[in-house]
Amino acid sequence: METVKLTIDNRQVEVPKGTTVYKAAKTLGIDIPVLCYMDLGDMNIENKPGGCRICVVEVEGRRNLAPSCSTTCAEGMVVKTHTMRVINARRTIMELILSDHPKDCLTCAKSGKCELQDMAVKLGVRNIPGQEYAEMSTYKTDFSPSIIREMDKCIMCRRCETMCNTVQTVGALNAVNRGFMAVVAPAFEQDLEKSPCTYCGQCVAVCPTGALTEVDSTPKVIRALADPTKTVIVQTAPAIRAALGEEFGMAPGTLVTGKMAAALRQIGFDYVFDTDFAADLTIMEEGTELLDRLTRHLNGDKNVKLPILTSCCPGWVNFFEHNFNDMLDVPSSAKSPQQMFGAIAKTYFADKMSVKREDLVVVSVMPCLAKKYEAQRDEFKVNGNPDVDFSISTRELAHLIKEFNINFADLADEDFDRPLGESTGAAVIFGATGGVIEAAVRTAYEVHTGKKLPKMDFTELRGMEGIRSATIDFDGLPINIGVAHGLGNARKLLEDVRSGKANYHAIEVMACPGGCIGGGGQPLHHGDSSILKARAAAIYREDAEKPIRKSHENPYIHKLYEEFLGKPMSEKAHHLLHTHYFDKGNKDIYI
Amino acid sequence: MSHIKVELKKEDVAKIKEICKAFNNNPGELINVLHKAQSYFGYLPAEIQEVVAQELNIPVAKVYGVVTFYSFFTMIPKGQHPISICTGTACYVRGAEKVLDEFKRILSVSVGETTPDGKFSLSCLRCVGACGLAPVVMVGEKVYGRVSPDGVKDILKEYE
Repeated sequence: METVKLTIDNRQVEVPKGTTVYKAAKTLGIDIPVLCYMDLGDMNIENKPGGCRICVVEVEGRRNLAPSCSTTCAEGMVVKTHTMRVINARRTIMELILSDHPKDCLTCAKSGKCELQDMAVKLGVRNIPGQEYAEMSTYKTDFSPSIIREMDKCIMCRRCETMCNTVQTVGALNAVNRGFMAVVAPAFEQDLEKSPCTYCGQCVAVCPTGALTEVDSTPKVIRALADPTKTVIVQTAPAIRAALGEEFGMAPGTLVTGKMAAALRQIGFDYVFDTDFAADLTIMEEGTELLDRLTRHLNGDKNVKLPILTSCCPGWVNFFEHNFNDMLDVPSSAKSPQQMFGAIAKTYFADKMSVKREDLVVVSVMPCLAKKYEAQRDEFKVNGNPDVDFSISTRELAHLIKEFNINFADLADEDFDRPLGESTGAAVIFGATGGVIEAAVRTAYEVHTGKKLPKMDFTELRGMEGIRSATIDFDGLPINIGVAHGLGNARKLLEDVRSGKANYHAIEVMACPGGCIGGGGQPLHHGDSSILKARAAAIYREDAEKPIRKSHENPYIHKLYEEFLGKPMSEKAHHLLHTHYFDKGNKDIYI
Repeated sequence: MSHIKVELKKEDVAKIKEICKAFNNNPGELINVLHKAQSYFGYLPAEIQEVVAQELNIPVAKVYGVVTFYSFFTMIPKGQHPISICTGTACYVRGAEKVLDEFKRILSVSVGETTPDGKFSLSCLRCVGACGLAPVVMVGEKVYGRVSPDGVKDILKEYE
C-alpha cells in the first residue's frame, strides 16, 4: 500500500495514501473537533460535506485554513491543529452558526444530547457578537406521525441526507435553496407525509441538533396512567433490553430486561408484558405461511409467490409500499409483533380481564419511529380505536423513567406478567438482523421435518454484512435464505429478486442498519458500529440463556391457540393477525 | 418558492422524455437536462421535475434541490416580456435599486414574480458586461442603458 508521511502537531505519522488529515490525526490520538462530519464505520460511508468548517487546521504553506475532514494528507505536509489562528477561527465559525440558530436550548427536545450545544461549550462560546443585527432564517415546523422537522434548528450538516439517500436510498430528503434559505427538505418543501419517507428514523438518529426529533408520546402515556378508568398495559420490543441501559450510563450491550420490567411496574403500568410473546406468535403465523407457500410451490402450484418476505419491520413495509408496488403480494401477510400484540390484547386479554376495549390502553416501547406511524394505520383500528394506543421509543422510555424519579441502576430484577409476557429465545433475536429468519427456521424446520433440530444456532444467518445468504438443509430439502439490513441493501436484494437474478425461498429485511438494535428510536450511537455489535451480542446472550428457544414450544402460545385462535392461519388468526399492503406510489405526491 | 399547478399534456411528457433520452437518462446530466427543459417550456414546474426524476431514476427531492439552488432555474413562468435589472456593482452604485423599486411599484410584483396578466416578469441579474451604460435594464433581448427611475414608465409604455 502506498503511504504518505506528514507531521501533525510536531509528531510524525505515516498513513495510507488518500487518508484525510482528520483520520491521520486520530491515529496519533489527536481528536480534532468535528460537527457535520459523520463516519459510519463498517458501512464504509462517510458524511464529509466540509460544510461547517469546525474541523479547520493550519497547513504550512497554505494561505487558508483547511477542513481536516475533507483534506487528504500529502507527503511532507506540516499540520497544526490548535494554533491561535485555528482556535479563533473555530470559535468565530461557531458564533456564526449560532447566530442563525434558535436560543431555546432550555426547552429543546435535544437539550443535553445536542452536539451543537456540546461543541459550543467545548469551544468556549460565551456570547454571539452582533446577534442583535443578525438575520435569522425561519421555516414552518413539519409534524408527521413519527418525526418532527423543526428546520430553524438545521445547521446543514446534511447527515440526514446521507442516511436517507446513500444508506437507505429512500430519497425523501435533499438540500434545497441557497444562502439563508438553504435547508434539508423533501421535494417542493412539502411535509414528510407527502414524501416517500418510511419513518425509519435514521435521520433523527444522526441529527446533531433538535432539527429532527421524534413525536413525543410520553405526555399521553402519563395522562392514561393517571386515569383510574383505564387499564394500561405495556409491551417492550426485543431490542429495548439490549440498549436502554446506555441511557443510564451503562456500557453498550448491558442487558437490563429485569430492571426494565421493574421500572415499568414502578411507573404504574397495570400489566408489564413483552412484545417477545407476540414475536413468538408472529413465527407461528409467518412460519406456517412460509411452509404453506413452500409446499404448494414444491407441488407445482404456479400461483404461489416465492420468496416470502418478512413483514415485521414497519419501515420496510413503507419502503416496499412506495418502491416495490408491483410486488405487494410477496411479503408475508403476517402483522408485525407490535400489532399482533395489540390485536390479541384488545380481544383475548380484554375478554379475560373483562375490560372494555375502549378502557384498555396498550402502550408499546419500540426501538423504532416507524412503529408510531404503524400504530396509527387505519387498518389497525376497530371503530376508530387503535390496537396499539401509543408507541414510545427507547429514548422516550428512558426519559419517562427519569421523570418518575426511578433510580434505574439500583432496581432489582423483576419478571414480566403472564400470559402475554412469556417468550422464547427465538423471540429475543428478532432484535438483531437475521434474527427473525433464524427464529422462523427453528420452527419451520421442526414442523416441516417432524424432527428435532440438531443445533439451535444458525450462525450463518448472523453478522453485520449488509446482504447475507445461506442455504439451510431441511432434512434433504435445501432452503435458500436471504438477509438484508438497511433499506439500500434491501433495495439491491429486491431488485435481484424482481429481475429473477436471485433465487430465494425466504428473505428477512430490516430497515435499520443492524436491525432493530440500530433502530431510529434507540439511544444515539452516532454510527459507532461497535455499539451495534455489543447490542447484538447481548441479544444472542439472552437467547442462549432462555430455557425455551423455539417459538412453537412457548406454552402460553399453545394456550392462546387452544383457548382462542384455533390453529395458525385459522380464520380467526387471519382476521386478527394478518394484514394487506397498499400501493403508495414511488414518488412525492404533489398538490 | 410558490407553486403553480400544471397539467402536463401527453406531448409535453414525451418532450421531457426525449430531452432526458438525449442525455442517455444519465443522472450526472441533471443540470443539462433541466437547462434544455427550461429553454423549451420556459420554466420548470413541479410536474416537469417529477418526470425528469422518474426518467433519470433519482429522487424528486434531488431535482428540486438543484432547481432551487441555481438562480437560473425558475418554477414560475416568465412573462411575455421578461425584465432583468442589473444589480451588479457598477449598476448598483449608479442607482439600480431605485430603478428596481420603480418597476416593483408600477407592476406591483416582487423580484422573481410575474404580473397576473402574464405580460411582465421581474428578475435581477449580476452584470451584463455593459457597465459603461450603468444602470442597465434588459427587456427580453433589448438593452436599455443609463436608466433613471423616471424613465421606467417610458420603457414599459413600449410594450403596451
